[in-house]
Amino acid sequence: MAPTIPTSSSQRPVWLFRFACLVALATLGLVCIGGLVTSKGVGMSVPDWPTSFGYSMFALPISMWMTGGVFHEHTHRVWASGVGLLVVFLARWTAGSGSRKTLAGVGLVEVVAGLLLMRVNPLWKGEAHFLLGIGGVVLAAAAVGFKNSPASPLSVRLAWAAFWLVQIQGSLGGLRVVLDSWAIGGTTGGTVFGMIHGCLGQVFFVLVTCLAVSLSGWYPRWPRRAGDIGGAHWVFLGTALVFGQLILGLWMRHQHAGLAIPDLPLAYGQWWPKTDPESLLRYASRREGVDAITSLQIHMHLFHRINAILAFSTILLAFRSSRVHAKGHPLKILGTTWLHLVSVQFALGLFTVFTDRAADVATAHVAVGSMTLAVGCWFCWAVGLHQGITLSDSRSLSDSGLPETPVVP
Amino acid sequence: MNNTLKVAAMVAAFAASSAFAGEITGKIKVTGEVPPAREITPIKGDKMCGALHTKPVMTRTYVVGADHGLANVAVYIKAGLPAGKTYTAPANKPLIDQVGCVYEPLVTVAMVGQTVDIKNSDAFMHNVNCQAKVNKPFNFAQTTQGAVNPRVFDKAELAIKLICNVHPWMSGYVHVFDHPFFAVSDKDGNFTIKGDLPDGKYTVEANHLKSGIVTGEVEVKGGKATLNLELAVK
Repeated sequence: MAPTIPTSSSQRPVWLFRFACLVALATLGLVCIGGLVTSKGVGMSVPDWPTSFGYSMFALPISMWMTGGVFHEHTHRVWASGVGLLVVFLARWTAGSGSRKTLAGVGLVEVVAGLLLMRVNPLWKGEAHFLLGIGGVVLAAAAVGFKNSPASPLSVRLAWAAFWLVQIQGSLGGLRVVLDSWAIGGTTGGTVFGMIHGCLGQVFFVLVTCLAVSLSGWYPRWPRRAGDIGGAHWVFLGTALVFGQLILGLWMRHQHAGLAIPDLPLAYGQWWPKTDPESLLRYASRREGVDAITSLQIHMHLFHRINAILAFSTILLAFRSSRVHAKGHPLKILGTTWLHLVSVQFALGLFTVFTDRAADVATAHVAVGSMTLAVGCWFCWAVGLHQGITLSDSRSLSDSGLPETPVVP
Repeated sequence: MNNTLKVAAMVAAFAASSAFAGEITGKIKVTGEVPPAREITPIKGDKMCGALHTKPVMTRTYVVGADHGLANVAVYIKAGLPAGKTYTAPANKPLIDQVGCVYEPLVTVAMVGQTVDIKNSDAFMHNVNCQAKVNKPFNFAQTTQGAVNPRVFDKAELAIKLICNVHPWMSGYVHVFDHPFFAVSDKDGNFTIKGDLPDGKYTVEANHLKSGIVTGEVEVKGGKATLNLELAVK
C-alpha cells in the first residue's frame, strides 16, 4: 500500500474549522460547568425545566440567577442552549446549503411534535417546550440562505451526528431534572439520567473535537496506509480504559462515592479495606455528616483507582510505541500529548482526594478526563488511518473538504 | 342550676381525660468522645447567607447540652400500642423553617396525615428537595421571603431528608409516624412524649441521625413514666 499524498492545508475551510474549534471549546466549557453542578450538588436547585422557576430560561431575573447554586445550574442551562445553537449552525455550515431542506424538515417535525406533545399530556410540557425551542433554532438554521458546498463526507457525517446528539443530550439533561424523583431500578431517575447525560456529554465533546480535527489542516497530513505500527493495541486499549474510567468516575460522582475512601494510596489503612457492616459504620464515623458509606461505594472507588493505574500504564506503553516516529509525526505528537494529559489527570485525581473533593479540583479532573478521552480517540483514529483502517471517509485522500464556493464566516 | 351542671360535667370530662393522658419523660445522653462541631465554611463563602451571620455557623451532627444531654434525637413509641388502633393526626402544624441558610429545627417529627409547614424566612430563594423513599418525593422553590408551603406525609418513614440544592450544605430531617407518641430531645437531651398514652408497657426508640438507634422498655403507670437512654458516639 503506497501512502497517498495529503491535500494541502491551505485549501481547507479555515473559517469553518475555526468555528468548529469554537464549538469544541464551548463544549469543553459546558462539560466544566456541568461538572461543577455535580461537584457542588446543585443540579436540582432549579426544580423545573426548560423553564427556570416558571420563567423562560432566557428571562430569569439576574437576582435569582446569582443566588447560590442557581448560578451554576442556570448557567449550565443557558450555556447548553448556546452550544445547541452553535452546533445546529455548525451542521448547517458543514453540510452545505444542500442541508437546508433536511433542516427545515427536521425543524418542522420537532415544532409539530412539540405542539402535539403539549396537547397529549401536560406532564410532558417540558419536553414539548424543548422541542419547540430546538425546532425553532433548526428552522432558523434552515432559513440561512448563503450558498456553500459541504465539507468532506466524513466531516458532514460527524456534523450530523453532533446535530442529533446535542438534541438528545439537551433532552436528557431536562429529563434528569423532571424525572429526578422517579424510582428506577433501586435508584432515582435523577441518578440514572444524570449519569447518561454526563457520559453522553463526554461522547459529544469527543465528537465535536473529531469534527474540528477532520476540518483541520493537520488531519490531511496524517499518514494513510503507511503500514502497521507496533503498539497500536495499546492505543485502543488505553482509550477503552480511559472511557471506562470516565464511566466509573461518573458513577462515583453521582453516587457520592468520591470520598468513600479518604486516604491514599491505602484505603482506610489497608490495600483492600473490609466492607462488613461494622467496618462501614466505623468508616462513616470518621467523617462529618450523617450519610452512610456503602460497600459498593468503596468498591467502585477502588476500581476507579485500579483502572487509573491500568490506563496510565497503557498510555505510557502507547507513548513508548509512538516515540519511534520522527519529530512532528502526528502519531508522536498524539502519543506525547496523551501522556501529558493523563499525567495531569492522574495528579488531579490524587488532588481530588487530598482536597476532600474540592469542587474546582474535581471539575478540573472531569475536564482533563474529557480531553484525555478526546486525544485517545484521535490517536485511535490516526493509528487506524496509518494501518489502513478507514472508518468511512473513503474519499478523504482526494476530498479536501474544500467548499466549491468560498465560505462566508 | 344548669350552669352548675355544665361546670360539673366539664370538670368530670377534664378529670377523665387527665386519667388517660399519659406521658413519658426522660433524657437522652451521649457517651464517648464527641467530635467537635466544625464550621460550615460555605455559608461564609456565600455572600447572601454569610451576611446573615456574625458568628461562625457550626455543624449540628452532635449537639450536646448539660450533663451530656444529646439534642435532636427523635424519641418515639416503637411497640406496645394497642394493635390495630388508628389515631387522628394532631391539628397543630410543625414548622420547618429555612432561616439564615440552615434548617430550623434540624429534626422534625410529625404524624401521618399531619400538616407540616415548610417556610422560607430568608430574603432570597431556597428550594426544598425532599428525598423521601417511602413517601412521595418533592422538590419546590420558595422564591419569596415568608413563603409557607404546607406538606402532608401519608406514610410512616424515618429520617426523610430535606435538602436545599441552592445552598447544598442545608439539610433537615423529618420522622413520620403512624401514631402521635413521639418527641424530639431538646438542647439538653430532655424529651416528653405527650398524648393519650394509656398505662402499660412500651418499647421506646431513640433515633439519632449519626449515632443510630437505641431501644428502651418503659411502663406507664398512672399516666407517668420516666425513661433515660444513652447513645454512643459513632
